[in-house]
Amino acid sequence: MKIIVAIKQVPDRDAQVRIDAHAKWIEESDLQYALNESDAYALEEALQLKEKHGGEVVVVSAGPERVGQTIREDLGLGQTGVIVAELLNLPHATLILHVEKTDSGLTVKRELEEGWFQTIELPTPAVLTIQSGGNKLRYATLMGIKRAKTKEVRRVTAAELGVEAAPVVLLDRVALPQKQKSTQILPGTPKEAAAALVEKLKFEVRVL
Amino acid sequence: MSGVLVIFEDRAGKISRISWEAVAAGHKLAASLGLPVTAAVIGAATESLAAETASKITGKVIRVEHPLLGQYTADGFTIALHQLIQSESPAYVVFPHTYQVRDYAPALAARLNEVLISDVISIADGPVFTRQLLQGRLSGNYRHTGSGPCLVSVQAGAFRADAAATGSAEISVFTPTIEPAQIRTKPGEPFRGSSQTIDLGSAQLIVSVGRGIKEAENIPLVQALATALGAELAASRPICDNGWLPMERQVGSSGQSVAPKLYLAVGISGAIQHLVGMKASQCVVAINKDPDAPIFEIADYGIVGDLFEVVPALTEAIKAAKQ
Repeated sequence: MKIIVAIKQVPDRDAQVRIDAHAKWIEESDLQYALNESDAYALEEALQLKEKHGGEVVVVSAGPERVGQTIREDLGLGQTGVIVAELLNLPHATLILHVEKTDSGLTVKRELEEGWFQTIELPTPAVLTIQSGGNKLRYATLMGIKRAKTKEVRRVTAAELGVEAAPVVLLDRVALPQKQKSTQILPGTPKEAAAALVEKLKFEVRVL
Repeated sequence: MSGVLVIFEDRAGKISRISWEAVAAGHKLAASLGLPVTAAVIGAATESLAAETASKITGKVIRVEHPLLGQYTADGFTIALHQLIQSESPAYVVFPHTYQVRDYAPALAARLNEVLISDVISIADGPVFTRQLLQGRLSGNYRHTGSGPCLVSVQAGAFRADAAATGSAEISVFTPTIEPAQIRTKPGEPFRGSSQTIDLGSAQLIVSVGRGIKEAENIPLVQALATALGAELAASRPICDNGWLPMERQVGSSGQSVAPKLYLAVGISGAIQHLVGMKASQCVVAINKDPDAPIFEIADYGIVGDLFEVVPALTEAIKAAKQ
């Protein structure tokens, strides 16, 4: 089975986000990037399928050398899998926790809302988007990291692919989110803040 | 092109709550642009859904009906709605942002050479659509510049369902052309994951833990706080994904929705998938080291600090207060 995994880099979870001078995007120069966490689950699922059934795993990532438009747009919308399926005219299933290969294609377990699930059968080739939590992520071994350096990395430009699409949606302006409630921050040492919170829980919230 | 088309979704034969929120958003958009509102209900038998919808819509209701739409499939819904949009030529199409919409609406948009503006939290004149970026740490204003219809999905809880209008809309039927072979996936019946033994929904006090706890070995620290307070212990998704707490303790869009008197969030940054499950709480307290964490946007009280210092101090202070 040949499996393509689409991944992307996103600003690190703990990175401080600052708006750029034009309020069009964030300051990227000093940002730390990391693999998008849900992409790690997709990669893990692909590796497990390969280990079980043989084949090849190819990882693709669209974006700039680091900074640029594609990743920006991708960051927000998170619809890549379903759009790819439509453009390639392939069947798809989203929020998948488990994949099983069958004689005629795949049987997948899909997450629904509020603790419900569903099994879906679909023929291959197919596009799946993987939900977090379906498998256990592995940690890179020293051997694996060494071997990774010998793997082929191919770069393809949008021009080589003949892609030139005019955007249909424009990100006009970004801002830090507005507060929905006025939060009372309880200052002081951990002990002082804890004591202040206990006062609030006792006399304002009345749960103690 | 004219009009605002709102796509309804049903749960167990009833219109879902978030659909009423989507129609409130649709009415708001329509009012600012002077456009009529049309609602679409989809299925194999939609008569009662249409009747329920017609009482709350000012414009008209379309029953998108076909035997192959009885059970949801991305293929069936994409084909049916593509045909409906071509027939109605709406300027705007508004969806509730649900797992189901996420499954087919991006494909529908791509088929129309458009992009779904997803998970919108507010709509301003222009129209300008605001949505969250980077796990809620940033908000972005979007404009539609495409030549086709503008597709928008709205976040749960962002628009007030009771702001939906009352009316007695005219009902019509639209029968799409769908061949069985066009449905490429075979969906099974939905089933429950595990028997949910813990009903967080009725808990009055909840202490909830997020990825700030770092390791499974540190969970007892938060358990001790919950015990001292007499609260149920809950968690955000990453904690349950890692198996540090069972899935039935998960709060959020994929877990349980809760509305306790007190929700004490420990080391939870406040991703929107978590917030939708707990923002109905009467009082939210957040303990987090990051003062910019989105959880502070909805918290009543906050402590910015190291949870490994704050939580034990709080546990001791609560124990002392209860004596």
